[in-house]
Amino acid sequence: MPTTAVRPAVTRRAALAAGLGSVLAAPAIRLSFGQGAPIRVGVLHSLSGTMAISETALRDTVLMMVEWINARGGLLGRRVEAAVVDPASNWPLFAEKARELLQVAKVDAVFGCWTSVSRKSVLPVFEELNGLLFYPVQYEGEEQSRNVFYTGAAPNQQAIPAVEYLMGPDGGDAKRIALLGTDYVYPRTTNRILRAFLNSKGIADADILEEYTPFGHSDWQGIVSRVKRFAGEGKRTAIVSTINGDANVPFYRELGNQGIKAEDIPSVAFSVGEEELAGIDAKPLVGHLAAWNYFMSVQAPANTEFKQMWSNYIKNPRRVTNDPMEATYTGFRMWAQAVAKAGTTAVDPVREAMYGQKVDAPCGYAEEMHRNHHLSKPVMIGEIQADGQFNTVWKTPAAIPAENWSPFIPENANRRRG
Amino acid sequence: MARLIRAVLLLLALALPAAAQQDAFDAAVSGLAGGFNQQAEAVERLGALGDPRAVPLLRALADGRLLKRPDGGLVPPGEAAPPGAEPVRVNNRVRVALRGALGRLQLVSPDPAERLAAAEAVFRSRDAANAPLLEAALARESLPRIRSQMELSLAASRLVAADKGAKRAAIAALGAAGSTDARALLLEARAANPALAAEIQTAVAAIDRRLSLRRMAETLFQGLSLGSVLLLAALGLAVTFGVMGVINMAHGEMVMLGAYTTFFVQEALRGVPWLLPWSLPLSVPAAFLVAALVGAAIERGLIRHLYGRPLETLLMTFGVGMILQQAVRTLFGAQNREVLSPPWMQGTLTLPGGVSVTQNRLWIIVFGVAVLLAVLAAIRLTRFGLEMRAVVQNRRIAATMGIRTGRVDALTFAFGSGVAGMAGVALSQIDNVSPNLGTGYIIDSFMVVVFGGVGSLAGTLVGAMTLGVVNKVLEPWAGAVLAKVAVLVALMLFIQRRPRGLFALRGRAAEG
Repeated sequence: MPTTAVRPAVTRRAALAAGLGSVLAAPAIRLSFGQGAPIRVGVLHSLSGTMAISETALRDTVLMMVEWINARGGLLGRRVEAAVVDPASNWPLFAEKARELLQVAKVDAVFGCWTSVSRKSVLPVFEELNGLLFYPVQYEGEEQSRNVFYTGAAPNQQAIPAVEYLMGPDGGDAKRIALLGTDYVYPRTTNRILRAFLNSKGIADADILEEYTPFGHSDWQGIVSRVKRFAGEGKRTAIVSTINGDANVPFYRELGNQGIKAEDIPSVAFSVGEEELAGIDAKPLVGHLAAWNYFMSVQAPANTEFKQMWSNYIKNPRRVTNDPMEATYTGFRMWAQAVAKAGTTAVDPVREAMYGQKVDAPCGYAEEMHRNHHLSKPVMIGEIQADGQFNTVWKTPAAIPAENWSPFIPENANRRRG
Repeated sequence: MARLIRAVLLLLALALPAAAQQDAFDAAVSGLAGGFNQQAEAVERLGALGDPRAVPLLRALADGRLLKRPDGGLVPPGEAAPPGAEPVRVNNRVRVALRGALGRLQLVSPDPAERLAAAEAVFRSRDAANAPLLEAALARESLPRIRSQMELSLAASRLVAADKGAKRAAIAALGAAGSTDARALLLEARAANPALAAEIQTAVAAIDRRLSLRRMAETLFQGLSLGSVLLLAALGLAVTFGVMGVINMAHGEMVMLGAYTTFFVQEALRGVPWLLPWSLPLSVPAAFLVAALVGAAIERGLIRHLYGRPLETLLMTFGVGMILQQAVRTLFGAQNREVLSPPWMQGTLTLPGGVSVTQNRLWIIVFGVAVLLAVLAAIRLTRFGLEMRAVVQNRRIAATMGIRTGRVDALTFAFGSGVAGMAGVALSQIDNVSPNLGTGYIIDSFMVVVFGGVGSLAGTLVGAMTLGVVNKVLEPWAGAVLAKVAVLVALMLFIQRRPRGLFALRGRAAEG
């Protein structure tokens, strides 16, 4: 039953918002959208299963943006509608749902995916049907599809600067690095890049510990004691974590229980944001780090506006904003600008119009879409605070362009860099 | 009173070079409001100055309570915050400096706990300049626990001092201490002191011998802890599947309901602060009741119509499990829920011999054993247990003896579900309370029950502990992922040889 699953979730919400003033005003506002058929955007995020914890907020962000754009008179004088599907954290189902969005719901652009494995699953569908996917999460790079715009960070915009920070005087002069990750493509590729990077900085393989655990791992006793032992070799040690999803909560709890303080063994995480910290007592973690391109605590007018918009929309003071939400917001605004510039929603002209689009992103920098389909982004290192927020302790002076083909992977030596 | 006299004496001692001291102190304090580098330097300088007035300032800075006015000036701790004041932020580098400086300043604090923390802090800061301070502090210290820590810290500072004889003694002292930290210090010193390499090597080897024993003890503890989690998860299933023979795929959801009950009880007690630390013990009966009621409803509503039809039972309970998951997701949301750990379950306990065990795991082992004993007692000692065993052994004869077998079935299933709910209380402390909580444990639970021998509680205990310890022993060699695979393969081979598990039931019950 493909059609029943696709529901225009936003129509009612938008209509309610439009009708806030008076009942009579509603049809007048409707008329102002003109006679064109609505523009449809697809939302391809897991609303159930293991990834629901992270992806639900991204669905909400897209719906918020749809409401926002309709409140401003829509796009090209037409209403924008969202078609929401639930791929249920099931990777093959992602491909099916993507096909359904493109062929049955006939959406003009799709905002979706979180894990790299889900993106790899839908990639052939978008390339075959010439769809447009906006992917909002930091990832391992090594990819560049003409049908995908990557609005999250590539490794050089997150992982490498973070490790450099740990090895610098402010990060604690780390000489030994423990790479801990969940066992799938993103951590393994990232750690491969990081190992090559560390070797190039003179850190021998004997000073690198690499450990993987399954999704949803909850018994971290053994691994945390091993890290403790690894740190007892007389060199400053740090943890680089690519642990994904809710396995982070028991991991940090074990760090706290075994008394590992950030002063002794600092850790930097690439997949832990405000949302993940919401389910945990952050006090024992103060001082541990995360590397992102945005923190909710960033002081910038664009961020104030973004947070205001979010709290007005979600009406729950406990819901936080985080980096992938910011990337979704930025991606949506860029797409809207590109559609306005191209004067159509057809994929090929919109793709051309996307290049060079700039948005004053909530991270406080102007982000630009480059021809390699990646954004230039600032890198920020934040320390976990007792309230579960991050305090930025270091950031790049300017937004830096993405190297989606990492120079630290030997196979990329002959690749033309875009 | 002693405190006052000491303060007066200190002030007198400071009075002579007061002017110069005052300038240096004020200059250092103003640096606390600067950038991270400036802050770290200022903290170090304050530590070196040894002025006790710095202690409240530094402590406020470490706790994030030190405020900065919008114009950059500091608000002295204890004063009311002016409008627009913001806490002064620090980073890890400043935190390291703070720990060292506070340690130096508090070595002679009147509070023994502060002195111990100070001695530990200067151990980590590894500064040769700490040696005279520690000597002075040792001369007046009387508590043996603090003395031994101070001696260790003194050895650590002498290790970086210039005097070779003192270094030798320090190496010996650190080698005798036998901790991971001492080992790290010695290895760090090895590169700087090639002349002493042989002695350092001997000391490190001595530490390694002690550490390897300790490591074995810790691995055993971790194995038992994993085993107790498996035991808790499997005990309820040992009743519903082991005793009744119902393949209950919704078992994991009963565990999940128990965890959510814990969350619910905690939220309900938020209004009663003095009860809050005890919300976990209070959750145990609540979780039992909730899960048992749901279990009874499932048994009466569905399963009793399906006795003797395992395939239909499996599919039906699987569906029930999904319905329960979605119901919880709708009620509580897809986000994980935070169940707080009471203070008595946080941190590490160091046993004699230096073996350190985490408190939450220790309590879960205790809880697992307690639940096992309670289940055993219920089955062996109560009338309900007697009726249950009678129905399992021979349903028709039990019925002719006047036992209402239908009611016993419902109670048994409810009992098994309730035990699963109690497991949820423990799991809320080590895993995420999410609607998917149970799915992670259902396979493990079946594994334990089948391995231990269907129908045998002793088998469940031995099975759970064996799987836990084997898993933890394999983990360092094979990694967490491969260890789990290896355990599964070993289990498959074992079941080939002994299809009835470790403790095979014999006699009529086995044929039933």
